[in-house]
Amino acid sequence: MSTATPPPVPDQVADAATSAASTAATAVAEAPIVKKGKSAAGNAARAVTSPWASAFAVVMALAWTTPTLGLFVTSFRNQEDIQTSGWWTAFTTPFTLENYATAFNGGSDNGTPLSGFFVNSIVIAIPCVLLPLLLASLAAYAFAWIDFPFRNALFVGVFALQIVPLQIALLPLAQFFQSMGIGGSFWALWLSHSAFALPLAVYLLHNFMKEIPSSLLEAARVDGAGHVRTFFQVLLPLITPALASFGIFQFLWVWNDLLVALTMLGGSPGRSPITMALNQLSGTWGDKWFLTSAGAFISIAVPVAVFLSLQRYFVRGLLAGGTKG
Amino acid sequence: MALNSKRRTASAFAGVAVASLALAACSSGSSDPTSSAGGDTDTKDYSKWCDLKSELQGKTVSIYTSIVAPEDAQQKESYKPFEECTGVTIKYEGDKDFEKNLPARAQTGNLPDVAYLPQPGLLKTMVDTGKAQPAAKSVADMVDKNFGADWKKYGTVDDTFYAAPLGANVKSYVWYSPKKFTEKGYAVPKTWDELMTLTAKIAADDAAAKPWCAGFGSGTATGWPGTDWIEDLLLRVADKDTYDKWVEHKIPFNDPKVLEALGKAGAILKDPKFSNGGYGAPNSIATVTFQDGGQPILTGKCYMHRQASFYGTMWPKDTNVAEDGDVWAFYLPSTNDTKPVLGGGEFVATFRDAPEVKAFATYLASADWANAKAKATPTGGWLSANKGLDPANLVSKLDQQSAKILTDPNAIFRFDGSDLMPSSVGAGSFWTEMTNWVNGQDDKTTLDNIEKSWPTS
Repeated sequence: MSTATPPPVPDQVADAATSAASTAATAVAEAPIVKKGKSAAGNAARAVTSPWASAFAVVMALAWTTPTLGLFVTSFRNQEDIQTSGWWTAFTTPFTLENYATAFNGGSDNGTPLSGFFVNSIVIAIPCVLLPLLLASLAAYAFAWIDFPFRNALFVGVFALQIVPLQIALLPLAQFFQSMGIGGSFWALWLSHSAFALPLAVYLLHNFMKEIPSSLLEAARVDGAGHVRTFFQVLLPLITPALASFGIFQFLWVWNDLLVALTMLGGSPGRSPITMALNQLSGTWGDKWFLTSAGAFISIAVPVAVFLSLQRYFVRGLLAGGTKG
Repeated sequence: MALNSKRRTASAFAGVAVASLALAACSSGSSDPTSSAGGDTDTKDYSKWCDLKSELQGKTVSIYTSIVAPEDAQQKESYKPFEECTGVTIKYEGDKDFEKNLPARAQTGNLPDVAYLPQPGLLKTMVDTGKAQPAAKSVADMVDKNFGADWKKYGTVDDTFYAAPLGANVKSYVWYSPKKFTEKGYAVPKTWDELMTLTAKIAADDAAAKPWCAGFGSGTATGWPGTDWIEDLLLRVADKDTYDKWVEHKIPFNDPKVLEALGKAGAILKDPKFSNGGYGAPNSIATVTFQDGGQPILTGKCYMHRQASFYGTMWPKDTNVAEDGDVWAFYLPSTNDTKPVLGGGEFVATFRDAPEVKAFATYLASADWANAKAKATPTGGWLSANKGLDPANLVSKLDQQSAKILTDPNAIFRFDGSDLMPSSVGAGSFWTEMTNWVNGQDDKTTLDNIEKSWPTS
């Protein structure tokens, strides 16, 4: 049951991303970052614009959005209607906002009010985005532009860590945090989310930094800039799309995370993120199940807003990182 | 979007992962079972907790349960008398994934002081981790005073008493519509034969409806309502000793008596004339969720639905749950003079050896708590087998009726068997095979398959 709620966000993401992909791919092909016109990106762009591929994309988009649409319609129906008829017959029955009201503020019988958990989710998500971004961009800079022994081996090692599923590390990590005395605190979540995010972040940002012409960095060095200055004044502004895309990616992941929060935050219900509240929304006996669809849309309001406002970067950043790998 | 889909898969499998982590915790956490178990029992008297204020003032007791909002408000309210008179603060945490997370928290060393275990099987798991504390003498005394020996037995592991009983629910109920019954002139059946006669009569009278409806669907736990059917009927076709032996696997799972019980369930659930009202053929039972199972009673498509007392909270808000209202429940009749009652309940396990924890556990086993909880539950839907509980304090008529059933001198209470069996059966093959059974698999194959899946060790 608990896993039934998170999917809508990825669905939306996938959908928005797929629909954006066809347009963005052409845009990227012309964009100044891609210097090799007849490169993999160019080929990809041509492949994606063929009519068959477009038809395929439309079918995929429909297949992904229909269940989400059904969930959305369901969230406006009352318990009895949901139980007796399908959402596609919804236009013959009255719509209600009551599910949203109850899910948001707990309703008359003092259920779990989601409104109280947005702050927790934000407090958890923002450091979980900034911390790996900072660490990964520094590491990526070193891997891309500083020559040191075993650089490639280390980089492969970091990249290989992506293969390790985080579930394996969860319990030992929780045990470790407990013995450190930070079990159940926000630190436990911040550190574990950052750690799990780092391999992908380092890899993505490294590829992006490698794309930057070395002449730029040489010019900076000739002008007397050290590593610190090169990093902050030359590289960081150039990799903004990659930072933004990874930032969105990580934000969505952390916002929708239930497993890590459940494991790390045991014993401190006051720090629960919104996904944990959503998990409890259906009540002790599961009798308030009809609130979960409304609750799901309340909880994804923030990530959808973040995604829509930054999706330009998202697609560009991912594609740019992808051409190298 | 390969990266994206990777993340999506990760979140989809999160639930599975928690479950497997919990299993991992059970198997690896038992390295030192003697660390606290077997220690000397604390004989200090905690039954006058109010007099211990000087000792307890300012202490905190953390409590972890599967009871979440809105029902948790009533729990918190019921601790107030204890908090006020001892100065102890109760830190409450509710979690719907409690049963999976508690063993995981035992492994990470992040255990609460007190936890309400809804299954005796889980108590055994927690005792095996070596972290559960044996009950103090004053808790045991309080339980001896307020609960039947059956209940105390369910809180005992290997002759050591650990966990006092707390709440209870009655599963031997059949939900029906009193209005509809009056309209049609049907009487509530008092014996099994009357029940079957009524079933046949309804099927003959009303072509547009069916006498029974059911739903076994419950996500990953699909099939559990089916286990309740067998258990309830086994208690009716056989005596309580046979039931106990069956649960402990001293007789095989596919004993002839169990086959008889399953046959009686099948006579109702698998007969297309009798079920599944409002949903169609009997095999629809497998896919209808248990929350939806009895709802056709409201639309007149179905007449009876066997489900526990807690089903009372699942009717839509404006439903009148009363003896003469839209829905009500009668006791699932017995085949003979005995009055077997199938039910469930929670048990209070403690994980910290401290006076405030023991005093609180003593309070929870007392009549004071049971009555405070009853008064703090204005909407009903809560019950305890505590003999000190005054039925007049229960708000809902249904709870009063359940309390009467539980405390009836002729009543034989038995705990839900699937909660007592090893989890590979009680929360595994028993569920899946009951689902297969309602999908058309025959009685014998079903029981043989479950018997085969019983762990050998």
